[in-house]
Amino acid sequence: MKDKITGAKALMRALKAEGVKTIFGYPGGSIMPTYDALFDYTRGEKKCFDHILVRHEQGATHAAEGYARVSGEVGVVLVTSGPGVTNTLTGIADAMMDSTPIVVIAGQVPTSALGTDFFQEVDLVGVSQPISKWSYQIRHAADVAWAVSRAFYIARTGRPGPVVLDFTKNAQTEVIEWEQSKCNFIRSYVPYPTLDNDAVRQAADLINHAKRPLALVGQGVELGNAQEELKEFLEKADIPAGRTMLGLSALPSNHPLNVGMLGMHGNYAVNLKEQECDVLIAIGMRFSDRVTGSLKTYAKQAKIIHLDIDHSEIDKNVKTDVAVVANCKESLPALTALIDKANHEDWRSSFYELDEKERQKVIEPAIHPTNGPLLMGEVVNAVANQADDDAILVTDVGQNQLFATRYFKFHHQRSICTSGGLGTMGYGMPAAIGATFGAPHRQVCCFMGDGGFQMNIQELGTIMEQKAPVKMILLNNHYLGNVRQWQDMFWMRRKSFTKMMNPCYEAIAQGYGIPYHVVTDRKDLETAISKMLTTEGPFILECAIKEDDDVLPMTPPGMSVEQMKLEI
Amino acid sequence: MKNEDYIKGAKLYTLLVYSENVAGLLNQITAVFTRRQVNIESLNVSASSIEGVHKYTITAWSTEDQIKIITHQIEKKIDVVKANYFTDDQLFIREAGLYKLSTEKVLSNPEISRTVRRYDATITEVNPTYTIVMKSGQTDSIIELFRALDAFDCVLQYTRSGRIAVTRGTQEQVSEFLEERESRSKK
Repeated sequence: MKDKITGAKALMRALKAEGVKTIFGYPGGSIMPTYDALFDYTRGEKKCFDHILVRHEQGATHAAEGYARVSGEVGVVLVTSGPGVTNTLTGIADAMMDSTPIVVIAGQVPTSALGTDFFQEVDLVGVSQPISKWSYQIRHAADVAWAVSRAFYIARTGRPGPVVLDFTKNAQTEVIEWEQSKCNFIRSYVPYPTLDNDAVRQAADLINHAKRPLALVGQGVELGNAQEELKEFLEKADIPAGRTMLGLSALPSNHPLNVGMLGMHGNYAVNLKEQECDVLIAIGMRFSDRVTGSLKTYAKQAKIIHLDIDHSEIDKNVKTDVAVVANCKESLPALTALIDKANHEDWRSSFYELDEKERQKVIEPAIHPTNGPLLMGEVVNAVANQADDDAILVTDVGQNQLFATRYFKFHHQRSICTSGGLGTMGYGMPAAIGATFGAPHRQVCCFMGDGGFQMNIQELGTIMEQKAPVKMILLNNHYLGNVRQWQDMFWMRRKSFTKMMNPCYEAIAQGYGIPYHVVTDRKDLETAISKMLTTEGPFILECAIKEDDDVLPMTPPGMSVEQMKLEI
Repeated sequence: MKNEDYIKGAKLYTLLVYSENVAGLLNQITAVFTRRQVNIESLNVSASSIEGVHKYTITAWSTEDQIKIITHQIEKKIDVVKANYFTDDQLFIREAGLYKLSTEKVLSNPEISRTVRRYDATITEVNPTYTIVMKSGQTDSIIELFRALDAFDCVLQYTRSGRIAVTRGTQEQVSEFLEERESRSKK
C-alpha cells in the first residue's frame, strides 16, 4: 500500500533517494513545512541528513559549491522565499560559471498568492533562469518526486550546473500518495554527446603531425573524472600541458609534463608558448578571456583542437579546426588509441629558459624574500610545504587567489575550490566550510584577503558551531589589493577607495572562540603555520602582508598573451 | 555596441526552434538574443506537427558566427529539443499582412481595389466604415502593398505577422532526432 505523506516529507524522501547527506540552509516563513519535516530526518533513528545552519544564504550556496567541488556530489541548499533566495543568486551564478552541480530548493508563497506581491514573494524562476541550468516551480506535492530527481539528474550530468526548485508552500503541505521517481533520461537534453570518430581521427592526425603540441587542461577533466586518461594521453605523445585555474588539480603539480598555470597571472613560459605551438589541444576548458588575453592575436599560428562536452563552447571564443564534442573520459582514450608515441623533448626543453627567467625574476623574490614585510607568495609557499599531500586549497578572490593558485602544490584530484568565472569575493570562507563536509578527512586551507574575509565574515558563526576544521589564512594588507594593483598600473596610482580600515581580527576570532595567531615577522612564519595545521579544528592565521605587493607575471588586460610582463 | 556595428556583413537568418511545452521557455530563448545584443526581427510560436512539441520561428539580422553561437546556446536549454538556423533560400516562408481601409475611400477610388487584386490580396470583410484586406506572402510584397495603399491615404490600421517557415530539405530532422532519442531511452 502506498502511504500518504505531505509534499515536505516527500522532499525528504526524494533527497534521501538521491543520496543526499548534507544540506546547507537557513529557515524562514515559506519553507517552514519543509524545515518541520527535516527536523525528524536530522536526528534519532531516522537521521539521514546533516543540516548545516549557515549565517547568510549566500554562504549556503558557496558551501554547497565547495562541497560539490571536492566530493563530486551535488551540493544541496535549502532556503526560504524572497530575500532568502535572492541572497543565493550570487552563488547560483557562480556555480553556473564554474560548472558546479548544486540544487537550490527555496520556499515560495502559496500558489494562490503568486503574482500578488505577497510577503516575501519574488519571481524566482524568472530571476534565476538566466543564471541556472534549470529552474522549476513545484506547485503540487505530486510533482515533488519527479522534480527532485530531474533536478539532480540535470545538475550532475553533462556539463554540471546549478538547478533551482521553487517550492510553493501549498505543495509542501498538500498530502499525496508517495511514489518514488528516478530520472535518467530527458528526451530534449543530451548530456553526453555521441563521440564522433571522424573528429577523433582528424584530431589524432593533427597531433601526429605536430612538432610543437601544447595541451590546455581545464576543469572538464576533473568533472569527467578523467585524470588518468589525461595522463595516458599526454604521456604517450609527450605533450606539455598547461592548466587553467579551475583545472589545477586535474594534473599533479609535479607531473613532468605539467608546464604550469595558464592565464593573466599564470606561468610565463606556457603563456608565451601558446603563441609558438603548432597544435593546441584544449581539453575541458572554455577559452576564458582570462586565459586567452586578446582573441585577435591568440594562438593564430596553431591548429586548434577542442575537446568539450558542451557543444555551445565550440567556436564561442576561439575558432577550432577540429572539435570533439564528448565527455573527455570517452574522447581522451579514443584519441590516445590513435596517436603515435612521440618525443617532443626539444620543444619541451625550450620552455626551460623561460621558466628559469620567471623563477629568477618573479618566483624566488616572491617566495623567498629576505627582507621587508611578509609577502603573500611566501606565506602560500610555506603553507604548501607543510600541508598534507592531499590538502584542499580554497581561495577567495583577488591577489590572495592569484598567489595561492600560483604557489600551492596539488598532488591529488579535486583539490581546488576557487571562484574562477564569476570572481566572487566572499566565496572562500563558506566554500571552505563546504569542503570540510565534502571531504571530511582532508586538510582544508583557505586563503583570503582582508576584503573577502569580511564579505562573508558571518560564516565564522557556522565554523564555530560546526567546529569545521577550516585553516583560514588571512593575508591582510589593508587594501583591496588586486584593484589597488590595477589602479597603480593603469589608473595613474589613484587609489580610489581601495584602502581599508580593518577590525581587530584577534578580537573577532576570540568572539567566535576560534584559535588565532598573527604573524608579523618572517622568522615566526613556519612555526605559526605548523601550529595552525596541528591545532584540531578551525584556526585563523593572520599574516601582516606588505601593502603594495603586486601579482606577477601579468598580461595586461586586452593584450596578447606573449606580452606578459615579468616586472612592472 | 550599436546594432549597426555587428550588422556589417550580417544577413537575415531564420531560427527554427522546437521545444517541450513548458512555461517560461520563451523568456529563456529571447534572453540568449538579448545577452548577445542581437535584436529579434520577428517571432512566431505555435504548436508543431509533433504532439506536445512547440515550434518557434525567429528571424534576426546577424553574422553566421554569431547566429551559430546563439543557436547552440538555445539548444543547450534543457527543454529545447532542437534548434537550427537557416537562410531564406533553405526555407519556404510566409507572412501575413492585415490592412484596415476606409470603405468610403475604397468606394470612391477604384484604383484601390485594383491595387488589392494586383498584389494578390483578398478582401475578407466589408462594412460601411471599414474594409479588411489580407495578404499572405513574403515580407517585401506585404510591405509594398502597404506603401501602395498608403499612397491612397486609405489605411486606418496595418499589421504584419511574424514569419512562419518550413524547411525545403527532405529530412525531417526533429522527428528523426526524437525517434533516435526515444529508442535510446528504451535500450
